[in-house]
Amino acid sequence: MQILVNGEPLTTDASTLAELCATLGLAQAKVATAVNGSFVASAKRECTQLSPKDEIEIVAPRQGG
Amino acid sequence: MLDIYGERFKSRLLLGTAQYPSPVALKQAVEASSAEIVTVSLRRESARARAGQGFWELIEQLGVRVLPNTAGCHTAKEAVATAQMARELFGTEWINLEVIANDDTLQPELFGLVEAAAVLAADGFKVLPYTTEDLSAAEKLAAAGCNVLMPWASPIGSARGLVNRDALKTLRAYFPETTLIVDAGIGAPSHAAETMELGYDAVLLNTAVAKAGDPVNMAKAFARAVEAGRLGFEAGLTPPRDMALPSTPVAGTPFFKKILS
Repeated sequence: MQILVNGEPLTTDASTLAELCATLGLAQAKVATAVNGSFVASAKRECTQLSPKDEIEIVAPRQGG
Repeated sequence: MLDIYGERFKSRLLLGTAQYPSPVALKQAVEASSAEIVTVSLRRESARARAGQGFWELIEQLGVRVLPNTAGCHTAKEAVATAQMARELFGTEWINLEVIANDDTLQPELFGLVEAAAVLAADGFKVLPYTTEDLSAAEKLAAAGCNVLMPWASPIGSARGLVNRDALKTLRAYFPETTLIVDAGIGAPSHAAETMELGYDAVLLNTAVAKAGDPVNMAKAFARAVEAGRLGFEAGLTPPRDMALPSTPVAGTPFFKKILS
């Protein structure tokens, strides 16, 4: 299915948010996630099913002012 | 001591971590500033670059408290979701809440700000809202549970200093017990000193240090200005007056004589 990850289209076989993070090599990384504009806690990634056209945000710490 | 939601800090300077010429310059500037709190953000992580992972290692080495922001959010919904991601990522309930009205002025969008602050405070966040000097917005933020208010001095990155000094004075007078931190627009150490002389609790800045020719020395300059301004405020400033008042005693001035009629 096709989804949007950080604003970019991505075709993936991942069925859950946790699988998606693993596919991207970010399973162990210091990241936080949101699906369709709502925060998804790391503990909930495994039970968060993905659907076509879902909009996923995967963010990490960055410089800020 | 600076009080943020019951936690006490010696330094009254909060420093941003963006725009430094190098990670080393950032580290040295934070050390030189004596800041105990730095602001951070969160951004999309690329699976290839993984930029956030290296940045986090650097911040951990600094051994300071982090204050995450919601910079770039334009709606309450975006800001709330960003704050929730920040809480998990940084392990802190503190959030420098920014809801931005437009990209030219980076002015706080006060209606969305109040809405987001209420949602987050109810969810256990300790909200530090980036606001204007507007009194009614400040009242609503305080009513929503904000114990700290962070009015701008002038637009973010503008380096124009305190463009509405009188309103900032009024805000200070109106909220004597609230922790007030000027956030944004501070361009020179003198601006920071002026803020502290008004009785503000702290100053938050980034660009003025990060973009200075020598960020480390500028960090030192701001540390001293903040300290000097605070000391001046605590010592009690002489109120200004319209006309001169001789400081040297007038009595006994030589050659003084009454004009004989």
